[in-house]
Amino acid sequence: MLSFILRRLLIAIPTIILITIFVFALQQLLPGDPLLVMAGEERDPEVLEFLREKYRLNDPIPIQYLAWIGNVLQGDLGISLRTNQPVTELIGEKLPVTIQLAIMAIIFAMVIGIPTGVLSAVKKGTPVDYAANVVALSGLSIPNFWLGIMLILLVSVQWDLLPASGYVPISEDPIQSFTTMIMPAFVLGTALAATLMRHTRSAMLGVLTSDYVRTARAKGLLERSVILKHALRNALTPIVTLTALLFGELIAGAVLTEQIFTIPGFGKLVVDAVFNRDYAVVQGIVLVTAIGFIMMNLLADMLYFLLNPRLRHQ
Amino acid sequence: MAHSSDRLRDDTEEHLAEGAVDVIDPVLATAPENRVWKKFRTHGSAVFGGILVAFFVLIALLAPILPVPDPAATDWGAVRQAPSLDHPLGTDEIGRDVLSRMVWGAQASLMAGVISVAIALTLGVPLGILAGYFGGWTDAVISRCTEALLAAPFLILAIALAAFLGPSLTNAMIAIGISATPIFIRLTRGQVLSVKAEDYVEGAQAIGLPTPRILTRYIFPNVFPPVLVQATLTVATAIIAEASLSFLGLGQQPPSPSWGSMLNTAKNFLNQAPWMALWPGVGIFLVVLGFNLLGDGLRDALDPREH
Repeated sequence: MLSFILRRLLIAIPTIILITIFVFALQQLLPGDPLLVMAGEERDPEVLEFLREKYRLNDPIPIQYLAWIGNVLQGDLGISLRTNQPVTELIGEKLPVTIQLAIMAIIFAMVIGIPTGVLSAVKKGTPVDYAANVVALSGLSIPNFWLGIMLILLVSVQWDLLPASGYVPISEDPIQSFTTMIMPAFVLGTALAATLMRHTRSAMLGVLTSDYVRTARAKGLLERSVILKHALRNALTPIVTLTALLFGELIAGAVLTEQIFTIPGFGKLVVDAVFNRDYAVVQGIVLVTAIGFIMMNLLADMLYFLLNPRLRHQ
Repeated sequence: MAHSSDRLRDDTEEHLAEGAVDVIDPVLATAPENRVWKKFRTHGSAVFGGILVAFFVLIALLAPILPVPDPAATDWGAVRQAPSLDHPLGTDEIGRDVLSRMVWGAQASLMAGVISVAIALTLGVPLGILAGYFGGWTDAVISRCTEALLAAPFLILAIALAAFLGPSLTNAMIAIGISATPIFIRLTRGQVLSVKAEDYVEGAQAIGLPTPRILTRYIFPNVFPPVLVQATLTVATAIIAEASLSFLGLGQQPPSPSWGSMLNTAKNFLNQAPWMALWPGVGIFLVVLGFNLLGDGLRDALDPREH
């Protein structure tokens, strides 16, 4: 197990190095002098010279990269031009909000997606299966920001049931925090639910024709116990792994969801940064999500390993 | 062509008759290319997807000659009007006709979907072929870069690129295209690896055909079907991505119409003009559903295991 994890970590290192190169290269895409863009309204030659020194803009690009990566390794992702806060601090502040949203969304997705997938596989070829597939495909085709807008229109404007915005931290008022997060989490969870449903269905279909399921049926077990204890438990392995891999989609979806429901999270941070031309923040966010994604991949591999006894005993 | 497929059918019938099977599979009994088309045609949802896509393509192409008002023409006397005979889908916050903006927005959405996928294909397929066919260092370098790009979520990467390139529809297409490229590199590479081991490729190598010819005549045609399926599905993703970027203000710039930016404005007028938020979303949903159904149908039709 330990050597397995070490091997995976070693493989991840070159990928992470390449990511840092890409993220660094982003600023080379800026039209014109990056310094003038970075300095914003500031045009004082002394300040410009100070910044030029600080970011080593007079040095060749590889040296600039090394200086930048040196800071990144020490947890210094630069300073936000707008709030003057360190980027690391900003990300640390906003991340818990998005994590709460993401966890709630994943719960929604699993509660909807897995049972529907099981039902659809068990009732393969029946109207139930078709209906489930139509719903899943629709879930994948609906842009989630539009779903959010429609829900606000219906649930908040028409019925006045749930608030359309107004985030409350979970530490302040857990119940209020939960109520304001229900709609965004549902919106974010829809597309994931559809993906999970489709994968659960195909994993279950594979398992349901296997020998041990036939044996379980032959020895007269109740159909419910055959499906839940024998089939689903085995089909769950790839599903759990997949859920970890959906992290990227979740973060990307959070950008739009947070924008619609005005939730002050990670996604809102990146959009605000883009509009304030706060490039250090944008770079920091891309870097953190990419590394987070690689970590989730690693976690998925480990889960797969743990959940699959055949691999564990090799 | 008809002759050979008739002969094939005869052989199949004879063969099946010997096995005492009296039902002839109409799909199996035809030549491969007809088989794909036949499977596709009988695939109800795929045909429905095709019709949806064709409908929107037609609207986008005919936008200049359709009898709709100028999508940018404002009318301060008709601000946020509910759907009526004059304006079947209502008007927006500065009196522009929503139907007309929907029609022209279809053009922006489809163009963004198709062009960004074209960019991804042009970059991704050749790189994937190179990585898969030559292996070694070429493969190692291309594959590591692909993994690194795949680590950044699609939309985050597109947002970052669009932010650094500057907001415009063209830059949004470039950003989406680049973000989608790694998907095609990985898919093509995997396909090439399996095709490369086939006897006919070894045969072509053995008789000394030049590499470019092997790549274009032997490898590419066999890599093409799954790439086509993925391209169709990616158009769906790209259309949503363009709408998302435009919704955030990073795509099509006002006053040019785009479904995403229409939704962005609409969310400020949910109380007064809910129709403004309805139609652009329906448009995105239907066109994306169309491409998804079409892609799923193509996959089933092109999958040899399904025969």
